[in-house]
Amino acid sequence: MKTIIKNALIYLDGKLERKELLIDNKRIAQIADTIFDKADQIIDAGGACVFPGFIDIHAHLRDPGQTHKEDIKSGTQSAAKGGYTLVCAMPNTDPVTDNIASVEYIQLRAKEYGSVRVYVIGALTKHSLGEEISEMATMKSGGIVAVSDDGKCVQNARLMLSCLRYAANFDIPVIIHPEDYALAGKGQISAGKVATRTGLSGIPGLAEEVIIARDIMLAESAGAKLHIAHISTARSLQLVREAKERGLPVTCEVTPHHLVLTDEACLNFDTNTKMKPPLRSESDRLACVQALNDGLIDCIATDHAPHADFEKEREFDHAPFGIIGFETAFGILYDRLVKTKVIELSTLVDNLSKKPAKVLNLPGGEIKIGVKADLTIIDLNASTTYTKENILSKSKNTPWIDQTIASKVMYTIKSGIITYKDQ
Amino acid sequence: MKPQFSGRNVFDLDDYSREDILYILEATKSMKEINLREYKKIPTLKGKTICTLFVENSTRTRMSFELAANRLSADVVSFQASVSALQKGESLQDTVYTLNAMGIDLYCIRHNSPGSPQLVHKYSGKPVINGGDGRHAHPTQALLDIYSIWEKKGDLDGLKVTIVGDILNSRVVRSNLIGMAKLGAKVTVCGPKTLMPGSMESVYGCRVEYDLARALHDADVVMGLRMQFERMTEGLFPSLEEYSKHYVLSSQTLKYAKPDALIMHPGPMNRGVEILPEIADGEHSIIVEQVANGVAVRMALMFLILSGKA
Repeated sequence: MKTIIKNALIYLDGKLERKELLIDNKRIAQIADTIFDKADQIIDAGGACVFPGFIDIHAHLRDPGQTHKEDIKSGTQSAAKGGYTLVCAMPNTDPVTDNIASVEYIQLRAKEYGSVRVYVIGALTKHSLGEEISEMATMKSGGIVAVSDDGKCVQNARLMLSCLRYAANFDIPVIIHPEDYALAGKGQISAGKVATRTGLSGIPGLAEEVIIARDIMLAESAGAKLHIAHISTARSLQLVREAKERGLPVTCEVTPHHLVLTDEACLNFDTNTKMKPPLRSESDRLACVQALNDGLIDCIATDHAPHADFEKEREFDHAPFGIIGFETAFGILYDRLVKTKVIELSTLVDNLSKKPAKVLNLPGGEIKIGVKADLTIIDLNASTTYTKENILSKSKNTPWIDQTIASKVMYTIKSGIITYKDQ
Repeated sequence: MKPQFSGRNVFDLDDYSREDILYILEATKSMKEINLREYKKIPTLKGKTICTLFVENSTRTRMSFELAANRLSADVVSFQASVSALQKGESLQDTVYTLNAMGIDLYCIRHNSPGSPQLVHKYSGKPVINGGDGRHAHPTQALLDIYSIWEKKGDLDGLKVTIVGDILNSRVVRSNLIGMAKLGAKVTVCGPKTLMPGSMESVYGCRVEYDLARALHDADVVMGLRMQFERMTEGLFPSLEEYSKHYVLSSQTLKYAKPDALIMHPGPMNRGVEILPEIADGEHSIIVEQVANGVAVRMALMFLILSGKA
């Protein structure tokens, strides 16, 4: 099967070039000014951009166990609509993905129903209880790309050291959700002016920072690869900068919401502004944007965290933490940061493709001859309105509902097959 | 322009202008006159139904709201979480849908979750008076405090008000800071650092003092706050005795304030902890009057919101 994408701006080495692209037998076969081959299918991109399919190394697909929020079919359809072709599933399912059988379940479901490639992240500790090391080496032989207790954080430093040493033994990256439980307490939003004003309990930046400091030291001692999920404060970034300057294999990601929103969004008690880590101050947000620009941050990850309406439609301090992210990630960042010239388009695209691939050594992330044809075609001149009706995720918990942003995903293509097409 | 109150919510005082607040104070004065009559009832809200929705227990505040509604001849229904579906897991949304189906015209809610009055309005479409939502706001308490000062001093402009105690956990302080600032009072908050929220100066434009003598200096009004035993187990201060040594309102410490400084407390009091009886029962104390004014303020709000006359 041959497909030619015509009338397109192809993203090559950080630049958009008016070329045509040939997909042959699932792979990118040719990129040229004009392609004369006969094709089974021609996609007229209408002048839109062709980017490498996006890669999300931090997503909650809720399958098995919480399929009223999301399942592998709906979650990957949602991801494809957002321009993704590969996502990594966090293990806080029910039961927790802490063994080879659970890993294989997700892989099988994804193979059957997945609109995107799904790579599995296994639990760091059994049942993610922070008490015993999981069978991570067995899970690695089954294909996991990292271990994490995301959503939870190992509080016991001795166990964490042991986990890191064991992970280093088998060369498995460890992803941490940095949160000191005692410091976070019953916090609902970031400690700061908005917490003072609303009376909502605050989660200080320190709750994140002390664990990052601890785990950098422990990982250094253990010789482990450490990846810090959803970094959110200026001080945390400083800790990562120091670790990198010392040459440690420490990486970090930031979410779209921490790049464009602050705790001011919580003033009206909208539970779709409640997530962990919480939205921080403007100075923390600016530090994240700056760190994205100067390359300190290794990639953007959505932390796609679906929750049903009836779960979020509650008193603020009774609602669960988290928002969905696949379908809004590129659009909201393009609209709020690229169009306003805060970051370059290439910074956004690379942090959604090439760079996350590098963090967890995943396939894809670049458009070049010979690689699997994982692509997304996005019209930067069109616009998208996020409504409850057109969101493909089962859950609609996003603070950007009913907002219109610049850009529109027209097609997503995985291995040469169209997995999403704008209607 | 005359302030408009019909159908308005009272989530907190930031939605109310100086003129609005002064108008409420005048209306409260009229209501207080009714409360001093032998026959304490007017027919204004006959046929209206007011619901007190108390998800957090508070006998005193609920009684004050219900008495206010009764004196205006409204029908009153009372929903308490301890005896109701909310403890069996029914959501606030379903509870409000159920109550709304019974034809409620105004809700008075007390809830330990900040922002819950906004939810009740969202689900019901009816006006809501916030009777205290977590640590967020307690606008009717602030209005009764402001009324109590206004009645004695005539004007709050330039008055020095000092509020002492557990500022961190106090919704009363938060609403008072907003309301009093609108009337020109200069408010100082005082308490141990562990019980002081961050950024108070920039959020509320108040002064923060950790030393009681400095906080009380030259004060026209002094308000004590209840110091709760639980804060000790939360690791926020070591003992009631040590707290008292540094922050109690006594004849000794009040020497720093003006000799005629008004003494206030939103209740319930811990005598001997945050305030000594000599002060609580002293000649400048208006603590008991605050309670009476609370009924009048709530009558005024219900009247203004539901009568459609203002």
